[in-house]
Amino acid sequence: MTGANAPAQASDVGGFDNDLQLAEGETRIRKFNINFGPQHPAAHGVLRLVLELDGEVVERVDPHIGLLHRGTEKLVEARPYQQTIPYMDRLDYVAPMNQEHAYCLAIEKLLGIEVPYRGLLIRTLYDEIGRILNHLLNVTTQAMDVGALTPPLWGFEEREKLMVFYERASGARMHANYYRVGGVRQDLPEALVRDISDWCDHFPKVCDDIEGLITDNRIFKQRNVDIGVVSKDEAIRWGFSGVMVRGSGIAWDLRRSQPYAAYNDMEFDIPLGVHGDCYDRYLCRMQEMRESTKIMKQCCEALLKSPGPVKTEDNKVAPPSRGEMKRSMEALIHHFKLFTEGYRTPPGEVYGCVEAPKGEFGVYLVSDGTNKPYRLKIRAPGYPHLQAMDWMNRGHMLADVSAILGSLDIVFGEIDR
Amino acid sequence: MTTSELEALGQEIVANATGAVTSAHVAFGELTLTGPAGRVLQALTQLRDQYGFHQLVDLCGADYPERERRFDVVYHLLSMTKNQRIRLKVQTDEDTAVPSAVEVFPCADWYEREAFDMYGIFFDGHPDLRRILTDYGFHGHPLRKDFPMTGYVEVRYDEELKRVVYEPVKSVEWRNWDFLSPWEGMERGFAPTVLPGDEKGEGKA
Repeated sequence: MTGANAPAQASDVGGFDNDLQLAEGETRIRKFNINFGPQHPAAHGVLRLVLELDGEVVERVDPHIGLLHRGTEKLVEARPYQQTIPYMDRLDYVAPMNQEHAYCLAIEKLLGIEVPYRGLLIRTLYDEIGRILNHLLNVTTQAMDVGALTPPLWGFEEREKLMVFYERASGARMHANYYRVGGVRQDLPEALVRDISDWCDHFPKVCDDIEGLITDNRIFKQRNVDIGVVSKDEAIRWGFSGVMVRGSGIAWDLRRSQPYAAYNDMEFDIPLGVHGDCYDRYLCRMQEMRESTKIMKQCCEALLKSPGPVKTEDNKVAPPSRGEMKRSMEALIHHFKLFTEGYRTPPGEVYGCVEAPKGEFGVYLVSDGTNKPYRLKIRAPGYPHLQAMDWMNRGHMLADVSAILGSLDIVFGEIDR
Repeated sequence: MTTSELEALGQEIVANATGAVTSAHVAFGELTLTGPAGRVLQALTQLRDQYGFHQLVDLCGADYPERERRFDVVYHLLSMTKNQRIRLKVQTDEDTAVPSAVEVFPCADWYEREAFDMYGIFFDGHPDLRRILTDYGFHGHPLRKDFPMTGYVEVRYDEELKRVVYEPVKSVEWRNWDFLSPWEGMERGFAPTVLPGDEKGEGKA
């Protein structure tokens, strides 16, 4: 080649390093560009990765996202605040209620309302159910990505039970629409709390079973140990959160450092990884499920002891009870106003965030004083994680791409929004 | 951190920033800084190195079409060691590029691509400013306030051509119900003590 701007010669096909002088018996090797996805079972949804390969070694990864972009942020700008909650469910559809929580926290901060303690307990309980839902899916499908088929079958059985708890509280197995600004939609029946409590007693056994299958599994370890290592410094610079920073040994958990809901009253430990590789992140998730079970157990005990309101009694924000609405004129007016106009928020901007199972899920809300958000930016934890695919995969083998992708815990609902 | 501590921190940052951060105010327990767009890199570097805000949590755009410089670029920073959050806002317009923060925080890459995709905000020095969330070959910037909710084109599968075709939107225009009450004062948080027409009442809003 004569220079950078020289026109391409016929022999100058992309990928050939023509400067290289070939020794006797050597052949030119061409780099391969391959598409991984968008319909690949290990792509965890609709991800298209354009991989540049040198033999089987990954040289560059270009994730193409947006195939599930639904314009949530645009849609919510045209809806009163309470109608946005169902959209939050559809972001990370593996753990829906955690997203609702962040959104409600942002508005509660703007309005300055307090949630009754029982409401906080129910939120804590269901956030942890969401965490286990998410980790069960992630851990077991990651095992599937590297070749194990049994863990998903075992894990999904428990997910099914948890979804029934979702259903018994909200009426929906996934897209719950259960949290409200100022509390939750309705109280939990005592039988449900007892059933959740019983489930907590039996779940650690299931964790043992799943761990027995994969933690010491030779193939699983070969595929995950020392793969996709993230140093502490990299984790911070690349905007990681959740298990992605804890797996690298940074003790950072919003439930502990910036507590919301009833986490201040709960006793739990925060598992940390040491090496920052895929295997440590898996171990963190397994341990987090056990910790979540502990929190759920504490919530159930507290819920059985403390009856009370589950949402704020301020009828400018939360609707009055159905019975009251039939008798009181004022309650009827409140009901009508809330379900047509909704409520207004004072102008200003807030950022509300929770420790979602995947990391920090945040909602940046700009209000102009009307009943609709002026701007709602959803900060999805998976977005910066997926961005790191490029440098995390460089130098790894093609087969490691799916292992790393699995350990990043990607769900496209929240990344593409 | 209490409001007064946040205010003190904000004042300190403004005083030390030599003009890269021009104002600080605290609302809803959060500290918001503003500064000129051209010097945002200096502000970010200083916040990272001097004040320990070493993580860029989020970067996004916001559109205010009535303003002369219509876009806000909003940076959310986090200090894990101080357990503290901060927000930095700069203003720009359709033509003026904001310096890219990729040098300071590498994770700004995709966030800036998203802000470019959604609002058409340009970032100077960004290594690869492509669209990210919208379709291949998409026109326009969907989160701008003057972009219609239904968009301009819709897609369907054409049985004869055996492929997906783009066509101008034919569906019913998005009906944006305005339920806002003309009764000022019903809103919370900044309610006047007396409702209009209720001046002789007890003064309860």
